[in-house]
Amino acid sequence: MSDSISREEVIHVANLAKLALSEEEEQMYTSQLGAILDHARDIMALDTADVAPTAHPLELKNVFRPDLEKESLDRDEVLSQAPVAEEGRFMVPRIIGDAP
Amino acid sequence: MTLSTIGMAASEIAGLVRSKQVSAVEVVQEHLAFAASHDSELHSFIDITDEAALSAARVVDEKIARGEDPGSLAGVPIALKDNLVTRGQATTCASQILKGWKPPYDATVVEKVREAGAVALGKTNLDEFAMGSSTENSSFGPTRNPYDLQRVPGGSSGGSAAAVAAKLSPLALGSDTGGSIRQPAALCGIVGVKPTYGLVSRYGLIAFASSLDQIGPFARSVKDSALLLQVIAGHDPKDSTSLESPAPDLLAGIERGVEGLRIGVIEELIDGVAPKVGEALLEAANSLGAQGAKIEHVSVPAVKYGLSAYYLIAPAEASSNLARYDGVRYGLRVEGQDMNETYVKSRTKGFGAEVKRRIMLGTFALSSGYYDAYYGKAQRVRTMIINSFQSAYNHFDVLLSPTTPTTAFELGAKVSDPLSMYLSDICTIPTNLAGHPAMSLPYGQGENDMPIGVQVLAPALGEVNMFRVARALELGAPVISRKLFWE
Repeated sequence: MSDSISREEVIHVANLAKLALSEEEEQMYTSQLGAILDHARDIMALDTADVAPTAHPLELKNVFRPDLEKESLDRDEVLSQAPVAEEGRFMVPRIIGDAP
Repeated sequence: MTLSTIGMAASEIAGLVRSKQVSAVEVVQEHLAFAASHDSELHSFIDITDEAALSAARVVDEKIARGEDPGSLAGVPIALKDNLVTRGQATTCASQILKGWKPPYDATVVEKVREAGAVALGKTNLDEFAMGSSTENSSFGPTRNPYDLQRVPGGSSGGSAAAVAAKLSPLALGSDTGGSIRQPAALCGIVGVKPTYGLVSRYGLIAFASSLDQIGPFARSVKDSALLLQVIAGHDPKDSTSLESPAPDLLAGIERGVEGLRIGVIEELIDGVAPKVGEALLEAANSLGAQGAKIEHVSVPAVKYGLSAYYLIAPAEASSNLARYDGVRYGLRVEGQDMNETYVKSRTKGFGAEVKRRIMLGTFALSSGYYDAYYGKAQRVRTMIINSFQSAYNHFDVLLSPTTPTTAFELGAKVSDPLSMYLSDICTIPTNLAGHPAMSLPYGQGENDMPIGVQVLAPALGEVNMFRVARALELGAPVISRKLFWE
């Protein structure tokens, strides 16, 4: 068994990613993610102290455009694809809890 | 219509339609009928959109009747990977989380191929959210290899590759994040191109890993692939990572031959491939040498770290991109007591196992305490890979390697071992990390007579030389003797 990631850490990242796992899945993902992270040990061993990181293949800069009025997506067409919509808005379950 | 257009080159079909020898409607009807009778076994399409295809074909014929230019792909059928959004037509990414979703807009490439007169037949199967190398991760069931229905077509654009290889469509579009166009092209014995990052607009391509994703063509010949890339390339104000420079003319120099070109065979990517795959690559290199290119072996040492860097960077970007699937604005919602429970229930039910695996891997690589060790490290290795390629391109115009370490494997062979599946992308991944172009074309047959792919790599915006070399290789390539499943 790999020690690159523990079962507790798998549960923690699943929670961060808003995913629920069964016990069986916790076990499976711990072993599979462990194997993938073990493979990545080849790069952990490299000396990259003098190497700058690359986040993107292009030298990105801000892209500006003139602030002109133009057509946007049709609201009704967009809302027609929402699980629940009402009065021109997306509907969601209650967000704010009861007062403590 | 006495003439069959099944199996015909896209350029030839467009020529016949433009000169009114066949109508676009006839071409499309014939392809729809052919797909209807053969796709039940192959399962290359998720959705065949007959009515929309016929009405688009009528538009092309009407343009011709009015004497207007119908475009360079007039009446040519095309299959679209189902991660390209199509207005009013279901776009699923092969995921339950998007099942039934009808996008309110078209991807830029969808508009461009339509303006060029091409007619979309439907949406092709893929690994869910383009995450996979076999198309077995589709929540609608796997696509099969048209040369052997017990084998995979590769992935993630396996549906597009299989549809073109089986002659259901002369052209298709796919997307390539770590090899998802080139690997299935190799396994299905056709041509697949991953263009320079930024050459083709990503607007309307459902994001997987935004610094790596690029849309590209599938075709049965090098020229047809160049013809389609020419149509989809070019600046798009709707994609802020779209290159401003005009797209190069890809067809003008394609027959110039390879006399005088310096071509390097990447040593690190021959090690460990199946013997017949390695032999095919060396034969391909010899053929280019015989046509006047200067062939040498070259070491590009950092490419061997591509896989590890990729499987940290791509999942990290995916975990961020896929946060948008929250059950609020589109797609599946499984209602919970409150918002948080709704997120968890919707995502847990909507995503498949591989997508969850990558979201968690990426979340871990980005999480506090591990960011520098994993994601940060991978970004530095990405720089090393770019520098390593740069050193090689100081001495060579293009590079050669196998596209995949083996020919098509059997269905189910790698599904329970994600790492072994990931290893099938080992030759294609470095290109995406560098943002360079590369393409695969068929060259010979390996185990069980399944097709082998050879990969031609070029520096950023080196497409013109890449296509020249690919065309020269195609001229010397042995014809695939194995029969398609329906032949």
